Amino acid sequence: MGLDRKDLLGIQDLSSNEIKEILTTAEYMEEILKRPIKKAPTLRGITVANLFFEPSTRTLNSFILAEKRLSADSINFSAASSSVLKGETLLDTAKNIQAMEVDIMVVRHYAPGSPHFLSKRLRASVINAGDGCHEHPTQALIDIMTIKKNFSEIKGLKIAIIGDIKHSRVSRSLILGLNKMGAEITVCAPPTLLPLWLEPFGVEFEYSLEKALPGKDILYILRIQKERQEESFIPSIREYIKNYSITYEKLKRFASKDVVIMHPGPINRGIEVESKIADSEYSLILSQVSSGVAVRMSVLYLLSQRKLDGSKD
Amino acid sequence: MDLKIKNVHLFDPLNGIDEVGTILIDKGKVVKDSKSKVGQEIDAKGLYLFPGFVDVHSHFREPGAEDTETIETGSRAAVKGGYTAVCLMPNTDPPIDNEGVVRFIKEKSEEVGLCRIFSIGTVTKGRKGKELSEMSHLYEAGCVAFSDDGNCVMDSSIMRNALEYSKLFNVPIIDHPEDISLSGKGQMHEGSVSTELGFKGIPGVSESTVVARDVLLSKFTKGRIHLAHVSTADSVKLIKEWKTDKVTSEVTPHHLLLSDEEVRDFDSNKKMKPPLRTRYDIEVLQKAIKKGLIEVVASDHAPHPDYKKELEFTEAAFGVTGLETSFAVLYTELVKKGKITLDILIKVLSSAPAKIFNLPLGEIKEGGTADFTIVDLKSTWQVTSEVFASKAKNSPFIGRKLEGNVKYCIVEGKTVFKNGDFINTEK
Repeated sequence: MGLDRKDLLGIQDLSSNEIKEILTTAEYMEEILKRPIKKAPTLRGITVANLFFEPSTRTLNSFILAEKRLSADSINFSAASSSVLKGETLLDTAKNIQAMEVDIMVVRHYAPGSPHFLSKRLRASVINAGDGCHEHPTQALIDIMTIKKNFSEIKGLKIAIIGDIKHSRVSRSLILGLNKMGAEITVCAPPTLLPLWLEPFGVEFEYSLEKALPGKDILYILRIQKERQEESFIPSIREYIKNYSITYEKLKRFASKDVVIMHPGPINRGIEVESKIADSEYSLILSQVSSGVAVRMSVLYLLSQRKLDGSKD
Repeated sequence: MDLKIKNVHLFDPLNGIDEVGTILIDKGKVVKDSKSKVGQEIDAKGLYLFPGFVDVHSHFREPGAEDTETIETGSRAAVKGGYTAVCLMPNTDPPIDNEGVVRFIKEKSEEVGLCRIFSIGTVTKGRKGKELSEMSHLYEAGCVAFSDDGNCVMDSSIMRNALEYSKLFNVPIIDHPEDISLSGKGQMHEGSVSTELGFKGIPGVSESTVVARDVLLSKFTKGRIHLAHVSTADSVKLIKEWKTDKVTSEVTPHHLLLSDEEVRDFDSNKKMKPPLRTRYDIEVLQKAIKKGLIEVVASDHAPHPDYKKELEFTEAAFGVTGLETSFAVLYTELVKKGKITLDILIKVLSSAPAKIFNLPLGEIKEGGTADFTIVDLKSTWQVTSEVFASKAKNSPFIGRKLEGNVKYCIVEGKTVFKNGDFINTEK
């Protein structure tokens, strides 16, 4: 077992078999997490550095927990506490950390392609934990796992992704992943929050939420960032709520009755989704979060196999 | 007679010269015959002699950033690439907005003694876009054109005044067409590739809207506009629509050859302004030089040290080097592949830029200035980061195997570059 690759940079370059392997391994990991003692010695001796150049709570904590559950040693490095403020380059920072014999670097950075840039220059494996508006592969893997648990088959599922598609790395990775698994995707947002170019993604688009809702199996709701109003992508949050907020009433009127709701978090209650829906029977949101640790354990495990086997390095 | 070059393939499309023969040079000029003793003789069998190339868009970083490039290293890069004359953009520190800097550059380039160097003065004081610079003083000190370089003149009334005032000297105002409110923090061409990669885009309209303004202001004022590094099909369309003898333009080798697909590897040597556009834009640009609609190929040689390029893409500086690869990459990719003729390539590199910038250069004729480039068209070489004479290595063409190797550069009848060696004519 293992992935025949040094890094996990994006869903773009994963095959559907690799996605399946990561998810199958994640199911084993979930079993570990259900044991009374939620820890395995699998990655003992492996050192992981979490390099976060952007604020994060759930992704960072879920990686930290995944590392602990597998008995890896880990260090956390965040931009606020780093030498970046003193003018050190990203590459120098990463090389310094690598010099401490780190095997895996989990990187979140605001610049698209930073993990790719580092991966070409480092011996250590690089896991992309979100690079600007580009990709967030582990989040997409978590979402695909959540969907797999709730539906017999992903192929043919009708999924609407609603919200700020233009600036969302989650939506890019998710679209790439779900396409590989054969789902049918519609994106729905005001035109300013949709890219002008959608051909590379192979998705349908719909400006009107009322038209996007009918017949969908899953509504994947993206967080609307308040800055988008200051940047004039939308006239006001109030207007966004009027047109795009997922409410009970809209679901009752337009959506199929067994539709489910997903959201990568953190939720703006009352903005992109009506507060009580987030906690309702429609919602898979907490199930997404609980898959998070298992998927990240799986990725860490599969990428370390090269190192642990000693066969490839 | 100072120099005799024999058995050489003389090639000058402007004067219809395409023959093997001998050329005689005395006191820096081409002469028909001379009875005096031959000073130096070059047997250039199998080589082509072209009018020396003229670059109208280079950055040598001196004064201000001598760790990046100097007039000396930039000049070396120029002659290595076959350029016998280079016009320097004024984004130095201090900028070329006063005669002192023009004189400094002139003295420095004479000390270096390789290619000819001309200054481009600023359009506005400090390149700030607010007040016109003292163009008359700058012109008399030797400036051949005016430009605020990477700062587009955003204020249209300043642009209008610049176009009118520069009629005093009949020199072009060079604009870098970029509406910064549209390009913003963009990192690459806005299109399907930037969408996939998650980059903020620099849309084509950020260029073409300013091109439209500039060509219309030129029509209105009858002033001369020269559009720097045109990169989009829409810009070409606008130039075609409003072309007059007052409207000229240039394109770079990288915009003629590379598309935004190149950015997929996140290599910052593919990052520049304007950004690499689409394959369609490339096709249209190639046709535009073929038809003479865009008259000039300029290098936009923009050296940067590794610590400004070996970075994540969004942090890396904009700009790539070009002087050492321009001819060979265009010869290999366009002439050898039948996209344009050698005639066109030599024109866009020599006679056309010389004419637009009022330089008495760019042709082979009796009594004309003896600035020549002698090239072995059959010789191939590989672009690697070790080959550059420039201090910088930020070329988007690293790794390519190219045809066409510059063997000699002759400036005013003196050999300044010979088989890889630089010869300072002042020493």
